[in-house]
Amino acid sequence: MNITASLALALFALPIALAASMQTSDADLSKLTGQIKVDGSSTVYPITEAVAEDFQAQAPRTRPTVGISGTGGGFKRFCSGETDISNASRPITKTELEMAKSNKIEFVEIPIAFDGIAVVVNPTNTWVTQLNVEQLKKIFTADSPAKKWSDLNPSWPGDTIKVFSPGTDSGTFDYFKEVTVSTSGKIRSDLSVSEDDNVLVTGVAGDKNAIGYFGFAYYIENASKLKLIPIDGGKGAIAPSDKTIMDGTYSPLSRPLFIYVNAKSAARPEVAAFVDYFVLNTAALSKEVGYTALPALIQERVAANWKAKKIGTQYLDASGNKVQGSIATVYK
Amino acid sequence: MSGISLRAKRIVKNRAFLALCLLSTSATILILALLIASIMAQGSHFLFNSDALGAVFAHGELSQLTKIIRWDFLTNFASRFPEKAGIYAAVIGSMWVCAICALLALPLGIGTAIYLEEFAPKNRWTALIDFNIRNLAGVPSIVYGILGLTAFTRMFGLFGSDKNSALSFGPDNAWWHIQFPFGQGLLAGGLTLMLVVLPIVIISSREALRAVPSSLRQASLAIGATQWQTASKITLPAAIPSILTGAILAMSRAMGEAAPLLVLGIPVFIANTPDNLNDNFTVLPFQIFNWAGRPQESFHQLAASAIVVLLIVLICFNGVAVYLRQKLRKPLA
Repeated sequence: MNITASLALALFALPIALAASMQTSDADLSKLTGQIKVDGSSTVYPITEAVAEDFQAQAPRTRPTVGISGTGGGFKRFCSGETDISNASRPITKTELEMAKSNKIEFVEIPIAFDGIAVVVNPTNTWVTQLNVEQLKKIFTADSPAKKWSDLNPSWPGDTIKVFSPGTDSGTFDYFKEVTVSTSGKIRSDLSVSEDDNVLVTGVAGDKNAIGYFGFAYYIENASKLKLIPIDGGKGAIAPSDKTIMDGTYSPLSRPLFIYVNAKSAARPEVAAFVDYFVLNTAALSKEVGYTALPALIQERVAANWKAKKIGTQYLDASGNKVQGSIATVYK
Repeated sequence: MSGISLRAKRIVKNRAFLALCLLSTSATILILALLIASIMAQGSHFLFNSDALGAVFAHGELSQLTKIIRWDFLTNFASRFPEKAGIYAAVIGSMWVCAICALLALPLGIGTAIYLEEFAPKNRWTALIDFNIRNLAGVPSIVYGILGLTAFTRMFGLFGSDKNSALSFGPDNAWWHIQFPFGQGLLAGGLTLMLVVLPIVIISSREALRAVPSSLRQASLAIGATQWQTASKITLPAAIPSILTGAILAMSRAMGEAAPLLVLGIPVFIANTPDNLNDNFTVLPFQIFNWAGRPQESFHQLAASAIVVLLIVLICFNGVAVYLRQKLRKPLA
């Protein structure tokens, strides 16, 4: 047997071995029993619901349950050990990490998909064709100098801007605020708030001077009633789309979504199999429910991280400071 | 002469008042009808099979009659595909939780009402209790959710956590398995809803007992009956129709609550029905809340269909209340 033959054999065997190690075989799945408790962000919920639905079809004796307590509410339960997996539409914060540490909870962080935040105006708004981050800041900041459209651009009408925003408990609000107004800043208080993004859609669709933001999926479903605004993050105005969200050019208003897996729970075969299934199918399933898949390269890194059970978050450094940057730079 | 014009004025006033009453009544009914019509229109897709509807009503094929209703919607679990999604887990969960709530809240509430109305002395303490119960009836249900979270879901951390319980009986999948704390289980949900409806049950039962003429009580006591005999043989039988009506209305309130259960952290997606009182569950209003907030229009239709089912259940509840009131009402004389 010569070297080429054994090399060829190795090359042939490698993908099979990889595939086998990635997923427990079907026969094993049907034997699994036990509860898999998931709670957290309602933004991530549709993806986890899809995974749970398909996983349970293959492992009928397991009992996955998925709640919608919100990213913050989910982490509260996760960090006190009440749940196995937490859905999150933003990375874990320093305070939440400390709470987990004090309860001796360790976890694996897994980015699962991208969600773009769409900035929209009323379709009869002819003057706004694009906005840059500085203008967004002017519109949304608390001590806002921009109350009227003409404050942003003298050639625009002098009508008062009506602002629509998701509620302060949502991860969408947190992320948008961080990008436009900065973490420490304050978003203006004279805005119309709703926890239900469909209410925001109706609000913007019904007011000529409205501007609002919410998950990209809500724009896609209501594209005819809204006008999408391309955002200039410093490299020219880019409109969100599956392509621009995935390749990172729609920046800074696209964010990764996560699941956090309790390391102790991950030792249980049913939870391990559930997360294996999640990692393997999240690209296809997240697309199906209206989100954007992570780029293939990041998917590979994330899968490797999960396989190695890499503990902790990539978004906080050793001293607890927030790591900035796109997911490609954070997940090296 | 002036007499006649005065009389005409009075009649005009009378007619105007009647018209006003009719107007407000019809406005209420119109709003309700519009609401139901719009929800029915939105929800009909997932409730009715349009092919079977056409076959029955256009071609008179009665064999298709049972296929008119899309039973799948009632017997399937939640799904990401709207066409495959159903409310089975939510319906079963709602029924379980309401049954637990009724079993706990009705004896407690009616008992409290009998004590306060028939036995308790009228002093400062009972006045204080009365005042508090009336206040509690107005407390938003989400507040009871917070109470339920600490008292039932976590039990003040006395018995460890839900996943790592220090006190439990029976294997996990046995029907008699029970563990402390209750976590997100049926008992936690039922007890929390009990808190929500207890003041309502007490107040409505007291009103019912108070409506029994006191001459009956006095007559009973005058011929030497004890307070217990009077309450059990005279007052309670006379009040039971109204008490039941109040109880059933309180149960419909429990059926429609989502906020306190949201605080407990109960799941939305669950593809199992409960095996025992500690099992996880979800309820109809919670499933509706989730579907109504999704971006896709099909999920809004699903939410509307689930609302129709919830409405039908509530109408049945109220129907039973009306029936019981008619059936059990006895002339007092």
